Amino acid sequence: MKHLAPRNRKAEAVVEWLEAEQGEVVALQNSPPPHYPPGCTTVFSPGWEVDTAGGTAGLCQPVERDLYDCYKTCYWPAQVPDYLNNNPDWHSACASATRDWRKIDLVFP
Amino acid sequence: MSLVYGSEMHRFQSGERHFAFLVPSSMVLELDPESRGILDRLGDGPQPVDTLAATPTAGEALKELAQLGAVGREGAPLIPLSQPLTPQSPPPLSTLVLNVTNSCNLSCRYCYEYGDDRLEKKAESAAMTEETARQSVETLIAESGANKKLQLTFFGGETLLNWKVLKPTMEYARRRATEEGKFIDFALTTNATLLTSEIIRFLADNHVGVMVSIDGPPELQDAMRVFSNGRGSYDLIAPKIKELLRVHRSRPIGARVTLTSAGIDVPGIFRHLTEELGFFEVGFAPVTSSTGQDYAIDGAGFDKILEQFRQLADEYVRGALEDRYVGFANLSDMLGEIHQGVAKSYACGAGLGLLGVAPGGEVGLCHRFVGSGDHDFGNVATGIDNSKRVEHLEKAHIDKRTDCRTCWVRSLCAGGCYHEAQVRYGDRFHPNLHYCDWIRSWTALGLEVYGTLLDKNPAFLDRFDERKAV
Repeated sequence: MKHLAPRNRKAEAVVEWLEAEQGEVVALQNSPPPHYPPGCTTVFSPGWEVDTAGGTAGLCQPVERDLYDCYKTCYWPAQVPDYLNNNPDWHSACASATRDWRKIDLVFP
Repeated sequence: MSLVYGSEMHRFQSGERHFAFLVPSSMVLELDPESRGILDRLGDGPQPVDTLAATPTAGEALKELAQLGAVGREGAPLIPLSQPLTPQSPPPLSTLVLNVTNSCNLSCRYCYEYGDDRLEKKAESAAMTEETARQSVETLIAESGANKKLQLTFFGGETLLNWKVLKPTMEYARRRATEEGKFIDFALTTNATLLTSEIIRFLADNHVGVMVSIDGPPELQDAMRVFSNGRGSYDLIAPKIKELLRVHRSRPIGARVTLTSAGIDVPGIFRHLTEELGFFEVGFAPVTSSTGQDYAIDGAGFDKILEQFRQLADEYVRGALEDRYVGFANLSDMLGEIHQGVAKSYACGAGLGLLGVAPGGEVGLCHRFVGSGDHDFGNVATGIDNSKRVEHLEKAHIDKRTDCRTCWVRSLCAGGCYHEAQVRYGDRFHPNLHYCDWIRSWTALGLEVYGTLLDKNPAFLDRFDERKAV
C-alpha cells in the first residue's frame, strides 16, 4: 500500500492479509532486495548476455549443462535426484558435465 | 463505462493528516493526497473509472481504495468485509452476571430495579442461595466450550447484602475452574454502603474487580441515592471508598455515575471522584427512563452532556500527550473499540457470550432482564434454553435493524442497549432512536481524539490493545 496506511488493528490485519494473499511485484534490483523462496535463483544460466560469472565464457553451453542448473541453481524446472537425503552421490563420477555427462548414474526409486 | 462510488465512511483529520473510518469494517486508514483527492471527487457522486484513474498514480490509489472497500464499482458484488451472519448455534458463554439479590438498602429514585421504570417482575426469591450460585458456576463452566477465561460478575440489588453467598461462591468457582483447566475472574458492583475492612481485604486478595455506583459530590449523591427514609448516603460511603481505594490495589477501581436532570456537571463530578476520592476511572451513563420522569434528561440536557464530554476529552488528550492517563472511562472504552476496529453485529454481548441469572436461578438476556417473565432463557437448575438465544440473535442482528442501515456508527453502536429499548419502546429489538444524533456526535468526537493521538502520541494507543471491548 502506497497511498493508504492502516491506522488501527483491524486495518493492519486486513492489509497484512491482502498483501499475503496477493503478494507484491518487486524488481530484484530494488533495495532492500525482496525475499525469494528457496529453490528459485537469481542466477541466469546458461547465460543470455552474460554467464553466471558475469562474463561471456560460459555462454552457449551444451544441453548437458542444464542438468546441473536443474540440480542446484534451478534454471529449468526438471526432476533431478534428491541429492539432500537419498542420493547425495548421484553425480560423483561426473566432475564436469560437458566432459563426463555419460557417467551420471541413473537413480531408481 | 463502469462507475465508481465512494463507500460509507467518516473522515477526520489532525492537523495536516487525514484519516477515514470505514463502515462497516471499522478500519481506520490514513489517506495520502492522491487517495484523498479521489474520495473528495466521489463526494459529488459516482464517477467513471477512467476520469478517476487518469494518471498511473491515481490508478494505483484507486486500486488500493477498492482493495480495502473504501470505494466500490457499481454493480459489482460487495467485498467480503461486512459483518458475519447470525450464528447458527449460540457461541459458548464467557460471562455470567448473577443478580445475587434483588434487595437494596438504598432507594435510589431512578433505579430500574425498584423505581418507576422496572420491567414487570414475576414473584421470585429476593436473595440467591448458595446452591443456585453454585449451579450458576456449573452452568457457566458447562456452557463455556473452549473459552479458557471466564468471568463471573455479581450484580444486584446491593451485592454486599448477600456477602455470605458471594464469598463461598467465589472460592467454589475458583476451585472448579482450576479443576476444569480454566481461569475465572470476578467483578461486582456495589453502592459501597456495606463495605467493611474484612470485605475489602478479601476483594483485594482475590483480585475482584469492583465498580462503585456513585453520583458525585454530596449534593448530587444525596439528591437521588438515598436511604428509604430519604437520608443521603454520601457521608457513609466516602470513608469506606477511601479505604477501598487505599487497600485494594490489585485491580483498578472505577466509579459509575448515573446522570440525571438533578445536575449535569461532568467535569465537576469527574474531578471530585478522581482527585478527592481517588478513583482510577469514572464512567458516566444517562439515566434509563421512560419519557415523562422528572429525573429524565431532555434534549437540552443531552446537548449539555456532550459539551461537557468534549471538555473532559480535551483534558484526556492533554494528559495523553504527556503519557498521563485521565480516567474518563467512556472515552477509553470507545478508543479501545476504535483501536481494535471492533465491528459489531450485536449491540452488546448479552445473549452472545453473556447471560444474566436471577436470584431464583432464572436465566435472562442480561442482569437487567432477569426474572422479568417472558424474557427468560431457562434456569441454571435445569439448563439454558439455547433456542431462545438463537431466536434473540436472529432478531437482534444489525442487518435486521432497518433504521440503522444508513448510519455510519452502526458498526460501533449496533442499535444500543436492549433494556433501554424495552423501557423506552416496549420492544428490546427496537433501535434506541432517541439518542442516534448524540451517539454520532460522540463517536465523531472519539475519532477526532483518536486522530490527534495517532498524530501526536501514537504509542499511547498501544495500551488499548488489551482493553476489553464493552
